[in-house]
Amino acid sequence: MKRVALWALLSHWRHRPLQFLTLLLGISLATALWSGVQAINAEARASYARAASVLEQGDLIQLLPQPGRQITVADYVSLRRAGWVVSPVIEGGYRFGEARIRLIGIDPLSMPREGRAFEISGGNDISSFMGAEGELVVSAATAAKLDGKTDIPLKIAAEVPNDAAFTDIAVADRLLQRNGSIDRIVVAPSQQLDVSDLQEAAPWAVLRSPSEKPDVAQLTDSFHLNLTAFGFLAFVVGLFIVYSTIGLSFEQRRSTFRTLRSLGVSLQSLIVLLMLELAVFGLVAGLLGVTIGYLLASTLLPGVAATLQGLYGASVSGSLALRPEWWGAGLAMALAGTACASAQNLWQVKQLPILSAAQPRAWAGLSARVLRAQVVCGLLLLVLSAVLAFAGTGLVVGFAVLGALLLGAALLLPPLMSGFLKLAESCAGGAVTQWFWADTRVQLPGLSLALMALLLALSANIGVGTMVSSFRLTFIGWLDQRLAAELYVTARDEDEAARLRQWLDGRHVTVLPIWSTEGQVLGRQVEIYGVADDATYRDHWPLIRGNQDVWDAIASGNSALVNEQFWRQGEVDIGQELELPGGWKVKVVGVYSDYGNPNGQVIVDVTALAQHYPDIPKLRYGLRAAPAVAADLQRQLMDEFGLPDGNVLDQASVKQRSREVFDQTFTVTGALNVLTLAVAGFAMFASLLTLSGRRLPQLAPVWAMGMRRRDLALLEVVRTLLLWSATFVAAIPLGLVLAWVLLSIINVEAFGWKLPMHVFPLDWLWLGLVALGAALLSVLLPVKRLATVHPADLLRIFANER
Amino acid sequence: MLLTISGLTKSYSTAEGPIAVLKGIDLQLQAGETVALTGESGSGKSTLLHLVGGLDQPDAGRIIVNDRDIATLADAERALYRRHEVGLVFQQFNLIPSLDVAANIAFHARLAGRQEPEWERQLVEKLGLTALLNRYPEQLSGGQQQRVAIARSLAVRPPLILADEPTGNLDEATGDAVLDLMLSLSGEAGSALLLVTHSMRLAGKLDRQIMLRAGRIGG
Repeated sequence: MKRVALWALLSHWRHRPLQFLTLLLGISLATALWSGVQAINAEARASYARAASVLEQGDLIQLLPQPGRQITVADYVSLRRAGWVVSPVIEGGYRFGEARIRLIGIDPLSMPREGRAFEISGGNDISSFMGAEGELVVSAATAAKLDGKTDIPLKIAAEVPNDAAFTDIAVADRLLQRNGSIDRIVVAPSQQLDVSDLQEAAPWAVLRSPSEKPDVAQLTDSFHLNLTAFGFLAFVVGLFIVYSTIGLSFEQRRSTFRTLRSLGVSLQSLIVLLMLELAVFGLVAGLLGVTIGYLLASTLLPGVAATLQGLYGASVSGSLALRPEWWGAGLAMALAGTACASAQNLWQVKQLPILSAAQPRAWAGLSARVLRAQVVCGLLLLVLSAVLAFAGTGLVVGFAVLGALLLGAALLLPPLMSGFLKLAESCAGGAVTQWFWADTRVQLPGLSLALMALLLALSANIGVGTMVSSFRLTFIGWLDQRLAAELYVTARDEDEAARLRQWLDGRHVTVLPIWSTEGQVLGRQVEIYGVADDATYRDHWPLIRGNQDVWDAIASGNSALVNEQFWRQGEVDIGQELELPGGWKVKVVGVYSDYGNPNGQVIVDVTALAQHYPDIPKLRYGLRAAPAVAADLQRQLMDEFGLPDGNVLDQASVKQRSREVFDQTFTVTGALNVLTLAVAGFAMFASLLTLSGRRLPQLAPVWAMGMRRRDLALLEVVRTLLLWSATFVAAIPLGLVLAWVLLSIINVEAFGWKLPMHVFPLDWLWLGLVALGAALLSVLLPVKRLATVHPADLLRIFANER
Repeated sequence: MLLTISGLTKSYSTAEGPIAVLKGIDLQLQAGETVALTGESGSGKSTLLHLVGGLDQPDAGRIIVNDRDIATLADAERALYRRHEVGLVFQQFNLIPSLDVAANIAFHARLAGRQEPEWERQLVEKLGLTALLNRYPEQLSGGQQQRVAIARSLAVRPPLILADEPTGNLDEATGDAVLDLMLSLSGEAGSALLLVTHSMRLAGKLDRQIMLRAGRIGG
């Protein structure tokens, strides 16, 4: 009985293969975009975990300094004396020539086996690692990068990630100028003492358990949340297709449902059979979707890896691993999406009396009551969004603002359009015009979901596009300010640097040292840069807070500027005194913008920097020269010192490289934008195609009264273009508000910088043209059907025995 | 002569081969005359009506309306013919669901560019539709919808009204009332009426009755 009933239900799809294909594609596309993004996130997180396990001994308990305090050798010794099996670690960024490496200093004798990234098996290994000369244990790729740039012997270990080097703690202390300050203490898993007493033994430390996320994972959370939000938006847009198609199929099968019920199939059995049918479709389409998602993620992952490297210095494998949990999650998402999209229809089947008459157009019943409810819900969501935007804080609240804004606006779109169409109908002069507006209003319920999806996709395109373009404009302006020197030169060692300074002396060139170190300030690892007292900085440096007097204060050696990220973390403000490593106290006199840098940064006078940290590398310089002689100077520098191309860069090259990094950063966002728009276009196509099958009874009377099929088809095209255009117009203000939220709330919370908003009407025009092109494509097939419909099909509408 | 049909044939192709529906029909209709077309299901009544209405094309034969053979007209010319010279009333009403009653009634006349508000007002009044003008078709009963369809076809004052079982979906009393109104108003409009019906009783109310049997005029 059940098999027969299921066969009867499934026969619907055999007669409507296009509808079946639309349903499968809807679920597949939604799942693909969601699971593609999740695959990227999962791969990145796995990379962080791998790196944390190797570089940060992330599988072990660790002691970190309390904010504002440093761990000293004395702290470490006191723990050892108390009987704790612990091991010190120093780490920081170090520049070998132009190669910047993450240096990790460990004590191989005390480091527990579980915390060792590589094998130190015998006496020879230990003596070379701990010898006076020291040793850098690196990957083969890093070894190639460091070749010729350091006198410290290199040892290759496959386990060490790229751009990182392990060395003895004494070597790291010397290179990083820590003077006995320890970054963290690793706790061995086997202890004679009770680990629960550890906090008491080290009240100056914060205990980090192995289960906590690695630093870089916390740092990149916002980036992954951004991707997830985009993936979810695409998923929702895809589900609109599924919802629309399932709704239509249920409507068309109402008589079948009644017949089955009247033939003895229980309501419960009918619902179970429908759920079974949808679950099978969900699984099949989900598998297809996850496969497409995998291919999508494989294509996008290298770009994401480059972005994460550029933005956060996080190393992510550029290839995708097949993870069973990810496949499982993708399929679960496909099933959950199908369930969500069909829940309302299943509920209606449950409520359907056997004998009640069919309700024509019930599936699309956009009654006045529904429209009113949509207006109320939409307005409430917009109010909620506004309240959260001005009263809430945090990244999650930021995304809640976005969610409420988009959903609220999408809900308001159909009632607004309905009102506009009603107005147009009442103002229409001719019969055809009046019918056109009225008929468009009748089509609205069937198209409203697709139009809502289109609104979301278009506004996301405008919003994200405005954000990226605003960012780009600001970034380029900022680059012009920051990269004022005509040439940037990096010496290969200190001797060469000294010769370089001597050679430049007396050549009508202003030499601007780019010297820096790293250290703990207010419990955070920050970069400390020195700047010369020069008009270049006074004229060009992008200050957000502070005036031109700040440069006199900086030159005095007792003041500092901080970057926007550090300032927005809320612990630093103008007028505040900062204690730099080594007890050097400076007063904060200004804040500058520092886009693309995930770290806090402090700027002090370069002479004072060199005095306080005499061992800092003095290899990099900016050179100000007359633009006419810059190229000549570049050639002379390369000839005189035999410097490779990468060590003498002109301003344009540096800017070009920075712009390339910037553009790479938003490749993924751009790709997701386009894909979301494509899904919305498909949603529209699917809706128009399914509606076209129901159009004949509406069009046949008009045709009978003297309208040609060609004219009717043309009006269908005009209608589609009009609805797309109206949606596009509605998407512009929504997209701009979206851009404002992204720039003023999400960016500040996620990256620590706020950007001015610019508008780019030409970009909208371009998007509008693309949207119109997509509209034409989406209507092409349904209109072709209509224009070539045989009169016999139209006559069937008038046949008495239907 | 308003309508002259001669040697009209029409067949449809099916999976089992072509089926001849009309096998040489000859028929004439004078201006203002009312003619009932009766016959069994499948005798070709509706097909004949569709051909006369310019909704379909015959295989052979001539359909002369006001001295013009509409069987030879191109698609665009047939559209103009339907717009200006024919009023159509169907059993399924076939109103435009997106327009209210007032707009439905005026639609055909506006399309043809000869709207007569006073005549429309009279039609509305006589058909008892005054209170329903702002309603939409789905809010009307079958009888009400059919009265709107009749008003629509008469509003344009066509020389020829073609009605396909206009009372088929209505009960006997309502059907009688609707047909009486239709006959009276088509007379006022000066239109000829070619009406398809199964009912000999209703057919008796018209000037002339023609019976179709298996695609031929049989009585």
